[in-house]
Amino acid sequence: MSSELLDRSCRDLRDQIAGGEVSSVEATKAVFEAIGKYEETIGAYISTFEKEALERAGEIDKKAAAGEEVGALGGVAVAVKDNMCTTFGATTCASKILESFRSPYNATAVEKLLNAGAVIVGKTNLDEFAMGSSTENSGLRQTINPWDTSCVPGGSSGGSAAAVAAGMCFAALGSDTGGSIRQPASLCGVVGLKPTYGRVSRYGLVAYGSSLDQIGPLTRTVGDCALMMNIIAGHDAADSTSVDEERAPVCDYLAKLDEAIGGLKVGVVPEFVAGADEDVRRAIADAIEVYKGLGAEVIEVEMPHLDYAIAAYYVIATAEASSNLARYDGVHYGHRTEEPSDYIEVYSKSREEGFGKEVKRRIMLGTYALSSGYYDAYYLKALKVRNLIRGDFTNAFEKCDCIMMPVSPTTAFKIGEKVDDPLKMYLSDIYTIAANLSGIPGISIPCGFDGSNLPIGLQILSPAFSEDRLLRIARMFESTTDYHKKRPVIVD
Amino acid sequence: MEKKIDEAEVRKVAKLSRLELSEAEVEEFTGQLRAILDYVAKMNELDTEGVEPLAHCLPVSNVFRADCVKGSLGTEKTLANAPERDGEFFKVPKILDDSSGA
Repeated sequence: MSSELLDRSCRDLRDQIAGGEVSSVEATKAVFEAIGKYEETIGAYISTFEKEALERAGEIDKKAAAGEEVGALGGVAVAVKDNMCTTFGATTCASKILESFRSPYNATAVEKLLNAGAVIVGKTNLDEFAMGSSTENSGLRQTINPWDTSCVPGGSSGGSAAAVAAGMCFAALGSDTGGSIRQPASLCGVVGLKPTYGRVSRYGLVAYGSSLDQIGPLTRTVGDCALMMNIIAGHDAADSTSVDEERAPVCDYLAKLDEAIGGLKVGVVPEFVAGADEDVRRAIADAIEVYKGLGAEVIEVEMPHLDYAIAAYYVIATAEASSNLARYDGVHYGHRTEEPSDYIEVYSKSREEGFGKEVKRRIMLGTYALSSGYYDAYYLKALKVRNLIRGDFTNAFEKCDCIMMPVSPTTAFKIGEKVDDPLKMYLSDIYTIAANLSGIPGISIPCGFDGSNLPIGLQILSPAFSEDRLLRIARMFESTTDYHKKRPVIVD
Repeated sequence: MEKKIDEAEVRKVAKLSRLELSEAEVEEFTGQLRAILDYVAKMNELDTEGVEPLAHCLPVSNVFRADCVKGSLGTEKTLANAPERDGEFFKVPKILDDSSGA
């Protein structure tokens, strides 16, 4: 990375800004220099706010100079996936249908970042409405992988992952419906956490699959991930599915982060992982050896229904999407077709013009699965399979503290490789989807590289609301390895 | 799930989805949806007799709040993104024809 400043963790940088050793303006300028240098190639952002960000950085510096509290993320430059509402800039979801939409309110997660003193530098690219695994479905721009410019960054939070990897921000928010935080984190060599469903408010997150969607952080270290969770986790009256803190208390995720978990029991599912590429399997096996070296016991667990997760997911997620996306009708906001001949055309032509192919495909699939005569065979069946999958986790967690497996069966694939074959693209989500169907948290941490020097992520899954332990388990690996310190060649 | 989805069915689903697909899209989607549905049929390998459908992975109950008046967005903010407006209203093409007596 060109500047040592950009390499700092959010935690260090925040403390240095608060202590007056570094100014937020200086750090934010460094971020915009990196954006100036790499953004044309990488295309991580849909919009950036240089002027506003520098003004805000200046305000934080003034606070620090006056000895005032700067906040847990005071002066640190972060990015937000462009499917979260912000009152500044547009909120596009990388869709032509929302290209000029300006939200009248901030998403709760964004509001919490701002309250913690964060400087928001821009909104990152994604697969349109978060539907995809490569960010190639963006209706607005292409994002490439900072590790190899011929490869995808993963998706759907590909812009957030690429921006964090390339030093074009210190941390970012993403959203994960079927792996959309963990998979791009894995493919771009950064840390990505999907919290338990209900842990982070979804208020202001543009809905895709409402029973699956969850906001979470993408960072370069596990510590920064814990810091971000401290800021964004918690109950929100504006989201009726956000979980009551009496039922599941939010903790200080940084407090015990460096304390290793003694007697850790790691679950593995050998036959399920057999389909991953050899380099990926080797890296995961090596990572598990590291845990053994740290005293962990490895236990084989049976999870016979995991193999059905993709099938169930692509029915449930698309069914929910078909309902959620009915709101884009050209009436209240978003694109409206010019000169419709009647009111039906306001809907059907606006939607035809505004949505990209993958979004249409998923709306169609979901509508089909919910339509008369097919509901029982598809949607109801998928919900039952979902219960069996969750049961697999419940049973497994009686025997182990966490389950380890790859995030993705391959490292970053070539741009265009899977774009014409939607089923092939869906199958790449095999290891991430079950966590969303079951509501449990999952993290991706850098654990190696393939023969082409592309990053590989280790996925760790743990029971609902155990993010504190999950982060500590991840930190155990990070504190004994150097994979998270490697930077992509493009910015080296 | 025996019958394969065909172009007529794709057109019907497009109509239900309020998507005005082109002929090329109908053809493309028919093949793709067929492949996806063939894959999804894999679920039939599982006996789900007696398994409860799981719509939501955490126990959810109705959330109540006190019945008190709070601030709202207000007219200007609400209309700010309107594709077309007429004063304090969203403007849309005529919905009822003149013969309806409306």
